[in-house]
Amino acid sequence: MQISGAQMVIEALIAEEVEVVFGYPGGAIMNVYDEIYKQRSFQHILTRHEQAAVHAAEGYAKATGKVGVAMITSGPGFTNGVTGLADAYMDSVPLVVISGQVPMSLIGTDAFQEIDAVGISRPCTKHNYLVTDAAELPRIIKEAFYIARTGRPGPVHVDIPKDVTAQIAKFDYSKEVELETYKPTTKGNARQIKKAIDAIVASKRPLLYLGGGIISSGAADLVREFSKLTQIPAVETLMARGVLRYDDPLLISMLGMHGSYAANMAMSETDLVIGLGARFDDRVTGKLSEFAKNAQIIHVDIDPASVSKLVHANFPIVGDVKNVLEQMIPLAKKQVDPTKFESWHNTIANFNKLHPLSYKEEGDRLKPQWVVERIGQLLGDGANISTDVGQHQMWTAQFYPFTRPRQWISSGGLGTMGFGFPAAMGVKRADMERVSINITGDGSILMNIQELMTAIEYKLPVINVILNNNFLGMVRQWQTLFYDKRHSQTDLSMQPDFVKLAEAFGGVGYRVNTKEEFDAALKDAVEKNVVAIIDVVVNRFENVLPMVPAGGSLFNMMLEYKEK
Amino acid sequence: MIEQTERRVISVIVMNEASVLSRIVGLFSGRGYNIESLTVAPIPESKYSRITIVTAGSVRVVEQITKQLHKLIPVLKVYEHADLVETEMALVKIPMSESLGDVGALIHPYNGRILDVGSDTMIVMISDEPMRVNHFLEAIKRFHPKEIVRSGSVALER
Repeated sequence: MQISGAQMVIEALIAEEVEVVFGYPGGAIMNVYDEIYKQRSFQHILTRHEQAAVHAAEGYAKATGKVGVAMITSGPGFTNGVTGLADAYMDSVPLVVISGQVPMSLIGTDAFQEIDAVGISRPCTKHNYLVTDAAELPRIIKEAFYIARTGRPGPVHVDIPKDVTAQIAKFDYSKEVELETYKPTTKGNARQIKKAIDAIVASKRPLLYLGGGIISSGAADLVREFSKLTQIPAVETLMARGVLRYDDPLLISMLGMHGSYAANMAMSETDLVIGLGARFDDRVTGKLSEFAKNAQIIHVDIDPASVSKLVHANFPIVGDVKNVLEQMIPLAKKQVDPTKFESWHNTIANFNKLHPLSYKEEGDRLKPQWVVERIGQLLGDGANISTDVGQHQMWTAQFYPFTRPRQWISSGGLGTMGFGFPAAMGVKRADMERVSINITGDGSILMNIQELMTAIEYKLPVINVILNNNFLGMVRQWQTLFYDKRHSQTDLSMQPDFVKLAEAFGGVGYRVNTKEEFDAALKDAVEKNVVAIIDVVVNRFENVLPMVPAGGSLFNMMLEYKEK
Repeated sequence: MIEQTERRVISVIVMNEASVLSRIVGLFSGRGYNIESLTVAPIPESKYSRITIVTAGSVRVVEQITKQLHKLIPVLKVYEHADLVETEMALVKIPMSESLGDVGALIHPYNGRILDVGSDTMIVMISDEPMRVNHFLEAIKRFHPKEIVRSGSVALER
């Protein structure tokens, strides 16, 4: 079939069974947009900013496990999308981002809207391509999808010069991907697995350390099975929320900088860490030399470079955590005695009793933690929860009753403010049955507020719940704790009227001061099934606790804040 | 814990395609690794190139470099602790006021020869193990070299 480069892009997306593309047109990508106009196979959602297009594709990918697709133009279109690429790279989100480029004859001449896109995306993508010949396009797009979703998933960027989209060449998408230099290891080494099981048998205080890789791998059910049959307690990273149900008796909580006392103490007391798809991030480990000091480490990860990167693994197992667990479960059934960890369970129960995750209701103002809990009580499993980045994100991770993987959509590694709203649109597009909530802050929401228009136009009724404390709360918290209350540039007393703002775009807004008002607003927004902002006035000076100060030891938590 | 920093030679076989070198170099700069020397050329009659990188780092750092290199899509193989035969070349420009015979005697044990003799300067080359190249460059100082260029190491596993 002889077709143009632009038609090839469309044909390739159809062949990949893409159902939605998030994007924003511009000069260099116009040939492709002309073909989008002519086709009926997939939906194109016009976001109001390229960054939002990539985040929306991320939200869609995180909610479905499929490859998210975004399309942007050259120059500023591309650079706006870079934050999304970097975010997806840090959180291993499978994406294919297609950008236009100036015609090949103009590359290198500082042409209008020219930027060295592959030069910029190189360090923040799993792989990237500059297409110089339309005949290469089918192979490249097929490889891009393959690389994005296999191994440790990640974003792949394809940059296509305008003249290449006009070139006519042969389109053949049937060839299998053949990459001599890319063959991810997916099956764990059987000998290492056997040794790891022996280590579990020998251990008295083993601890499952669950990471986001479990969700990427689709291994949550196996993790549930493994923990149940071995009775090994578990802590989750931020990215792993939902792997175990919130009410699973074996789930301690999230660990790390804002992890629970019990989770961090369990990590400090364990004699065997069983790391599954987690990467020992600094926000998890605190001071490395004090991290899990008494423990041997089993580390299962599909990315060899993650194993022993920060913490030496005594039992490194490179492989897809799903396959590895399939290998481990029959061995564990035979060898591990689930009754022998009873005293370890008691120790953890005591930690929990000593300092449970909690907050105090006081004063007239709503507590942000209450709002999160309340959303959980009212919607529970029926909602998908996205967040932006900051205090609200940590409170959500701490207090929302997650019941399943892919329910929790957040920017973990890069910590991108402005992620939540567009991501929640992508989530809604992926799962129209459930309510899509974006729990956000008064700082973050303004970083992609223009997406109100997109959400309304495409009938993606995201409910934005702003935990509004008139502060860049997390930075304010650090300033209170570590900068002697010098609240430099974090006071957001000057704010728009969020109710009117929502209404101006055609959505619904609520300003909430009391519990009753909150219940009424959330119920109304869910019933009306519209794009909404619920602006919740919360206690201004609430801190996220416990807290391990950056670089501190995990067991040295700040449990409460006392006014000096 | 103080980790010993050592000189390491890493040999990388990559697809011979556009921008592969910038992927490698970008990885080193982006992750704060150090490059002492780097050579690259296509492997004859193949679609691959060989890149030889001399770096310095602890065992852990070098292990991490190796893994990160492997992670790059167009990288086929990474040889690190392999038993390598290593060689390097150096060119030196020396004023003609120095004795040709004395210069010739010095370059001889370093597999050297005189490449060019002009009216004001001559250019000599030597080729040897990098450590011996260092020795040579120390010794040649007495002949007042005007310019020195080193090729960087190339290496092959035994």
